[in-house]
Amino acid sequence: MHLAYPAVLSALLFCTGLYGVLARRNAILILMSVELMLNAVNLNLVAFDVWLSRTAEETLHSGQALTLFTIAIAAAEIGIGLAIVLAVHRNRGTADIDRLRDTAEGHESPAADGPDSDTPATGTAAEKAEATA
Amino acid sequence: MTTTTLAVLVPLLPFLGAAAGLLLGRTAPGFVRPLAVLPTLTALVLAAIVAVRQGGDASVTAATELTPTGSIPIELALYIDGFAALVAVVVGLVATCVQIYSTGYLREDPRYPSYAALVSLFTSAMFLVVYSGDLIVLLVGWEVMGICSYFLVGHYWETPEARAASIKAFLVTKLGDVPFLIGLFALATDAGSFRITTVLATVTHGGLDHPTLVALLLLAGVAGKSAQFPLHTWLPDAMAGPTPVSALIHAATMVAAGVYFVARLLPVFEASSAAMVTLAVMAAITMVGSGLAALAQDDIKRVLAYSTIGQLGYMTGALAVGDRGAAVFHLLSHGAFKALLFLAAGVIIHAAGTNSLAAMSRMSHLRDRVPDAYWTMTVALLALAAIPPFSGFFSKESVLGAAEHITAGHTEHAPGAAGWTVLVAGLLTALLTAAYATRLWLLTFHGRGAEAPDHGRQPLTMTVVLWVLAVPSLALGGLAYRTLPDWFDGNDLAPTLTTSVLGTGVALAGGLVTYAAWRHLAGLAARVPLGAVAAHPEGDAGLVEAEAIATHAPAYGDVASAPDPADPGRLLLGPLHRHAAVGFHLDAVYRALFVRPVQAGASLVRFLDREVVDTYVRGAGALPRWLGAAVRRAQTGNVQTYVSALLAGTVVLAVAALLVASGA
Repeated sequence: MHLAYPAVLSALLFCTGLYGVLARRNAILILMSVELMLNAVNLNLVAFDVWLSRTAEETLHSGQALTLFTIAIAAAEIGIGLAIVLAVHRNRGTADIDRLRDTAEGHESPAADGPDSDTPATGTAAEKAEATA
Repeated sequence: MTTTTLAVLVPLLPFLGAAAGLLLGRTAPGFVRPLAVLPTLTALVLAAIVAVRQGGDASVTAATELTPTGSIPIELALYIDGFAALVAVVVGLVATCVQIYSTGYLREDPRYPSYAALVSLFTSAMFLVVYSGDLIVLLVGWEVMGICSYFLVGHYWETPEARAASIKAFLVTKLGDVPFLIGLFALATDAGSFRITTVLATVTHGGLDHPTLVALLLLAGVAGKSAQFPLHTWLPDAMAGPTPVSALIHAATMVAAGVYFVARLLPVFEASSAAMVTLAVMAAITMVGSGLAALAQDDIKRVLAYSTIGQLGYMTGALAVGDRGAAVFHLLSHGAFKALLFLAAGVIIHAAGTNSLAAMSRMSHLRDRVPDAYWTMTVALLALAAIPPFSGFFSKESVLGAAEHITAGHTEHAPGAAGWTVLVAGLLTALLTAAYATRLWLLTFHGRGAEAPDHGRQPLTMTVVLWVLAVPSLALGGLAYRTLPDWFDGNDLAPTLTTSVLGTGVALAGGLVTYAAWRHLAGLAARVPLGAVAAHPEGDAGLVEAEAIATHAPAYGDVASAPDPADPGRLLLGPLHRHAAVGFHLDAVYRALFVRPVQAGASLVRFLDREVVDTYVRGAGALPRWLGAAVRRAQTGNVQTYVSALLAGTVVLAVAALLVASGA
């Protein structure tokens, strides 16, 4: 099989993922798009490994080994990412990325009032700060 | 022990006492009083032994060089001639009296330990100046006295008067000390040594290249230290310090150091007739001006301060006519009676609760409250006014006699003009001295009005030393004028008939005129009431005095004078009174000449710093701040925007890399 097929496929996959990361508003869909990009990279790694080892006299198949690493790391990443999204959703009732703008310049964070303010909102503010961190 | 060992111990003992007092003052308060009095007393005894052993014979000299300094060697040298031996005894006597007096005067003062230690250090520095045979070692003692007087004048630093006075005393004396230091260097460069003996030998052989320059530079330091015109203005203000400090500084130590220094190096000054005439003019202006100013002061201590300036003028006058024997003779007798005057004034201020003569003249029976101070102060004032047979008469007549001797044409040492200047100014000052002494005595002890407050007996430590000092005030002059020439240069110090008659005559005239003026105004005092400012009458004397000084300006509008129409000084001086009360506006002149320009310069520097330099600093900070504010706008909080920017950047970089790689 010519190298162009997997390369074009992975490029399409990567671009789809990139579009998803940039354009989607739901955090879970963004995570899924990140997975698409990772898998595009994996496809590239495997394809080029095969292509390169065809001409080499001897090979370690390092591309395939790296793919295994990427899959493991992606699994861990999606686990943590989903946990964060879940925690944010529990706190705020939404996972809309457009509404999670607490780090914006000039944004008045409720936690910025100071930790020693004796308002009843202190508990939730602390939790929010924890969630957005 | 050899005389040299004893002489070394004399300055060392008070120094060790001062160090121990400063270290143990807080931890062992019981030792403070013995540590203050005993070393000074021992030093007095040792100084007396040294004086007896030296006996006016060949001078005791010893020197050791600690370390080679490269060019002109600096040695730890002793040089004790008759002058040094006798001055040291008077210094020791006054310092001991002051230390004993202070134990009573400041007995409740919380800062007594540091005060006593500083007085000891001061005494030690004066002994060092007196005994030192090396000019640099002398300068060390000279400057230590300067800083000690700064601390002691500012003892009541809670009051603004004391703070201002201490800074003024320090700055004005330093103003003289800078030319003094340069003069010492010039002198040592010419002579090739800092040793006094070598310097004097060089002068004798005519080896001094710039005698006038050196002498005038040294005179600036002497004028600052000895409170001579035009650097005398610090001394009246220094009265803001405690009375024992005034007695110590103004009687035997700091102000005497300048006169003593000129007496030691008199041949250097005699090498330049310009310097001698300058000295004579300085002495004349100082004498007459201070006499007039003393007549207009209301604060009892300021009267004494101006009188000190005048008496120091007599000493410099004697030096200007080349008779250092007469100068040091007057220094000795003045040391005794002026210390007594100040210490007695301290007792009077404590008893009356005020330092104002106007208030005291409205108090009757003050002399019954303080009989010791009354009798001893009468003796001291008679000595000050040079009435025979008190000691001031003999010493002052020796000065006038020396001046008269020069005018008669024996001009081997000094120009005749100097003689006439000193003689005329001296006689005029004798008149003024008697006038203000009489005024002080009448206003203080012969007041009419309400009875003076009765606080019981004064402490024994404060009254005994008055009698101790009254003995030399009474008898020193008469007993010593025949023997002193053996200790000094051998010049005759006996009063001559012409000057004695003239001097005593004008003194009596001054006293009688003042008495007549006082009688004339006697009814007026009752009609114009002026309140006394007695505060904390049961407190110790130092506290009463500090409050009296602090309340004088609010009560009378000025620290120096009071609006009292019954003051005989006001009648005698006439239109001059207003100017004399403020020291002939010299402070205002200095304010216009020096203080204002310095303050203007300071505000200019402040403007340059605040408005010019800071503008650049603020500008340097503002540009990054604006940039930061612009860049911060990009931070929207939307992660997708960031990633888009990241992607765009990556694409741009990738395209650029491709273009570079393909060589386009």
